[in-house]
Amino acid sequence: MSERLSAADVAKVARMARLNISAADVERYTQQLDGMLDHFADIDNLQLADVQPMTQPFPLVNVLRADVEQPCLDREEVLNAAPAAEQGRFRVPPSGGEDE
Amino acid sequence: MIDNGLPEGWELVVGLEVHVELATKTKLFSGSPNRFGDEPNTNIDPVTLGLPGALPVLNQHAVELAMRIGLALNCTVKPSTFHRKNYFYPDLSKAYQITQYDEPLNVDGFLMLPGGVRIGVERAHMEEDTGKSTHFGGAGGRIHGSDYSLIDFNRAGVPLVEIVSHPDVRTAEQARQYVNELRAILVAVGASDAKMEEGSMRCDANVSVRKYGAELGTRCEIKNVNSVRSLGKAIEYEARRQIDVLETGGTIRQETRHWDETDGRTHTLRAKVDANDYRYFLEPDLVMLAPDAEWVERVRAALPVLPAARRTNLAILTGAEEDSEAIAVVVERGQDTYIEEVKNSGGDAGRALVWVQQSFAEEGNTPRLPAKDLAALTVLERDGKLTATQAKTVLGDMLEAGGGDPAAIAASKGFEALDTSVIEGFVDEGIAAQPDAWAKYCAGEEKAMGALVGTIMKLSKGKADGKVVTAILQQRRNG
Amino acid sequence: MSNFSTATSIAHNVASGAQSAASVVEEHLQRISQREEEVHAFNLVTSAEARERAADLDARIARGENVGPLAGVPIALKDNMCTRGIPTTCSSKILEGWKPPYNATVVDKLFAADAVFVGKTNLDEFAMGSSTENSAFGPTRNPLDTSRVPGGSSGGSAAAVAAGFAAVSLGSDTGGSIRQPAALCGVVGVKPTYGLVSRYGLVAFASSLDQIGPFSHSVADAALLTEVIAGHDPMDSTSIPKPAPSLVSVLGRGVEGMRIGRVADLPEGADADVLARLDAAFIALEKAGATIVDVKLPSLSYALTAYYLIAPAEASSNLARYDGVRYGNRVAANDMNNMYADTRAAGFGDEVKRRIMLGTYALSAGYYDAYYGKALKVRRLISNDFAAAYANADVILTPTSPTVAFPFGAKTDDPLTMYLCDIFTIPTNLAGHPAMSVPFGTGQANMPVGVQILAPTLGEEAMFKVAAVLESAA
Ligand SMILES: [Mg+2]
Ligand SMILES: [Zn+2]
Repeated sequence: MSERLSAADVAKVARMARLNISAADVERYTQQLDGMLDHFADIDNLQLADVQPMTQPFPLVNVLRADVEQPCLDREEVLNAAPAAEQGRFRVPPSGGEDE
Repeated sequence: MIDNGLPEGWELVVGLEVHVELATKTKLFSGSPNRFGDEPNTNIDPVTLGLPGALPVLNQHAVELAMRIGLALNCTVKPSTFHRKNYFYPDLSKAYQITQYDEPLNVDGFLMLPGGVRIGVERAHMEEDTGKSTHFGGAGGRIHGSDYSLIDFNRAGVPLVEIVSHPDVRTAEQARQYVNELRAILVAVGASDAKMEEGSMRCDANVSVRKYGAELGTRCEIKNVNSVRSLGKAIEYEARRQIDVLETGGTIRQETRHWDETDGRTHTLRAKVDANDYRYFLEPDLVMLAPDAEWVERVRAALPVLPAARRTNLAILTGAEEDSEAIAVVVERGQDTYIEEVKNSGGDAGRALVWVQQSFAEEGNTPRLPAKDLAALTVLERDGKLTATQAKTVLGDMLEAGGGDPAAIAASKGFEALDTSVIEGFVDEGIAAQPDAWAKYCAGEEKAMGALVGTIMKLSKGKADGKVVTAILQQRRNG
Repeated sequence: MSNFSTATSIAHNVASGAQSAASVVEEHLQRISQREEEVHAFNLVTSAEARERAADLDARIARGENVGPLAGVPIALKDNMCTRGIPTTCSSKILEGWKPPYNATVVDKLFAADAVFVGKTNLDEFAMGSSTENSAFGPTRNPLDTSRVPGGSSGGSAAAVAAGFAAVSLGSDTGGSIRQPAALCGVVGVKPTYGLVSRYGLVAFASSLDQIGPFSHSVADAALLTEVIAGHDPMDSTSIPKPAPSLVSVLGRGVEGMRIGRVADLPEGADADVLARLDAAFIALEKAGATIVDVKLPSLSYALTAYYLIAPAEASSNLARYDGVRYGNRVAANDMNNMYADTRAAGFGDEVKRRIMLGTYALSAGYYDAYYGKALKVRRLISNDFAAAYANADVILTPTSPTVAFPFGAKTDDPLTMYLCDIFTIPTNLAGHPAMSVPFGTGQANMPVGVQILAPTLGEEAMFKVAAVLESAA
């Protein structure tokens, strides 16, 4: 097995993806993902410099909607389905210091 | 070298990022209302809440407003795409913001400041707003140390245009001018109400300093600036802070800083040590936005005359200085066409400008008072039939009644301008009553004139024209 | 074809009054009560709603009202399509108990066509898998041999039809998730052209690849159901602005003069029994008057790599919204980031986590160009290959799955082994083309083998013509 990615990479990716995984799981995922990346190296030797990336199968342009109001969801129904809500709003724990 | 208020040899370099909420009826990608001040979480739909399975569809009117902004800022409107900017935050419902990234709608424009300085506009792109977090408990509603937060998604998905300037701004005053001028343009083209206090216009400043001729310095991004006044103060503070650091041998860290209105300083908000990795990629749920030439030209043709041209026109019409406060205020309120009407009705445009600036703050762009009535008032004033004080009283009545004949109102109040010979008599009485003030005034103490004029006006029971009184006093002293 | 009634005959009988919708529903509910415990096709059986809807439909028919093209047809929905007020879980603990406040567009269309919902079917969590073993609520078993998997990710929908629990069902296909389980369960499965069926209300896995499509006993039923769910939807920006195609009407037309492509450089990996059935299919079509032509798809072998970079990348972003803030389940924590990370760790299963991490990595700074960016270019190569191939062929035939249904646990140790199940189905999704699997005899252990018909964008007519001929030759 090559070392395409390290356990530290996987731990970082898990943090970025907000997945709290154990050290043992980091090891296991590192092995599995490394194996996959090895397999995915089959495209490394393709000549792709002049190839346009393809992001959508059916290219459409200017799909637009009129600026017309549509009915809203019922607030009580939505908040009742939320893990925590009060004063008509969704309640969350304090931000741990990170802010956007 | 321009005076930037900084120590000798230092140059200020500022780029501005302004977010404006567009004046659409609905969200950028869904049909719930774009409305400020409603009960929390009432303007929500599956797209706004990021419910599983919901898909965005672009609001045509938002695109048109974004194009108006671009064209008014002399940008090129070009084919564009939307990306996902991925990050976790509770008021970001999908955990990604849909925004234009490497292919924005509007590029390469500029904005001319009233003084003639040209500020380049790099881009004006479309994106969606986030919801609103309110922090509770801890130290008074601040993010840090709060106990919990409540989230309202009414604002989520509101259409924004982010206008990014080149780092062409060199003084805090230019930054203020830029934002004021930008706001005037946004309001004029109907794209936004652009109210900084309500958050429909938000301004971040990228500030750096350098010695003249040196490479660009490391910049800090200043956020949480809630008024044009604070913007100027924040930039001035930040520039001095950076110079202090550099002059004492330190280095500037690239970071986001928060302007604190209460202590008048900027504070580190988030150091970019672990630089955010937003994992941008093309939004697969949306297609390309590529307005054709015909659409662009239709939007361009419908653009109104922009504030700069209107200020020039109004200055010519009224004889006032183009960069005067009166011209700026009246154009911003959209009352310049009204003054044109006053002029066309035979009125005095110069006097009309004064009255409109002073007394029409509440009137909006179509004042209740018919232009011909204000025209008649300015004619009475110009012809010396009414003093300024009397005219103001008459105007008050006219505004209250929504119109009227100023001559008739003046007559009913017994207003008539006093003859100069009568005023000469009051001046004699006034000088006699205030010998000390007169002596001081004659000795060159200009302040002393106030007391004299006050006494004379009182003796005439307000009927004397203040300008005439002043002229007589000057004449007597010099004569 | 099995001996269960088709949707076509049920709709005909119910509309004409020959059979009551109520009796049709009871017949299916009875089969559910007999075998569901063993098969576990459903996350939720909606018997009460089904009975109510059938009774309502019978009343309308008694009053002489017009009814829709799926009158009284019992249908099962993959549990990743939003149904208003009815739990939609994606077979994930993170969404367990969540009741959407809105319907997917396909759901509204089925209601309008007077179909009768019997339940929400099991799937690999968030449609990530090829065996339905990745469901948080336990696997679905293949009704034809319950020691084997039904395929996936739409295993529950395939099994529901194969077991006679529903006359037809809907699944979603991102890399073969309709066609592969259809093949393994011996039913018809269709992935329409990308953009033909609205994705609004389909819980996203990989947005540029996902497409909803039918499972059925017969090709005619698949055509009928495709007609009902297809058509432009203004709620989906990627929906093709064209009306739904007419497909039922082309079924009897045969394949005379059609050019059927055989892939000369087909990637290896298919079992001999599967390849034998593919050969038999070519012979049957040739007999029916078609010409077999060789086509080359040199980039096909890279499809797996492109797919397993693109799909997880999109998924990592699509699944970021499951954060415990607005809906779904939450693990309490003392700050935001711990709440997110604990909630998502407890709510997502192993495969979902693996793909989220793979996708996050493929998109992250410094790796985008090497992985995601490169994969998008390979996607273009594959699309170009197909374009060249379709210059010479009207449709292309390949195996659907490299193997027949395999026993539980056979491929769960190494994720890559499982990914190889999709080697023949993935290219279609990358190109956005339509494809379908038609049962064509049996292979090892007497398990069914499916033949896959591929067609170019909006080439559903040609595809269904070929499918009808294969069905009658099977
Ligand atoms: Mg910015
Ligand atoms: Zn922005």
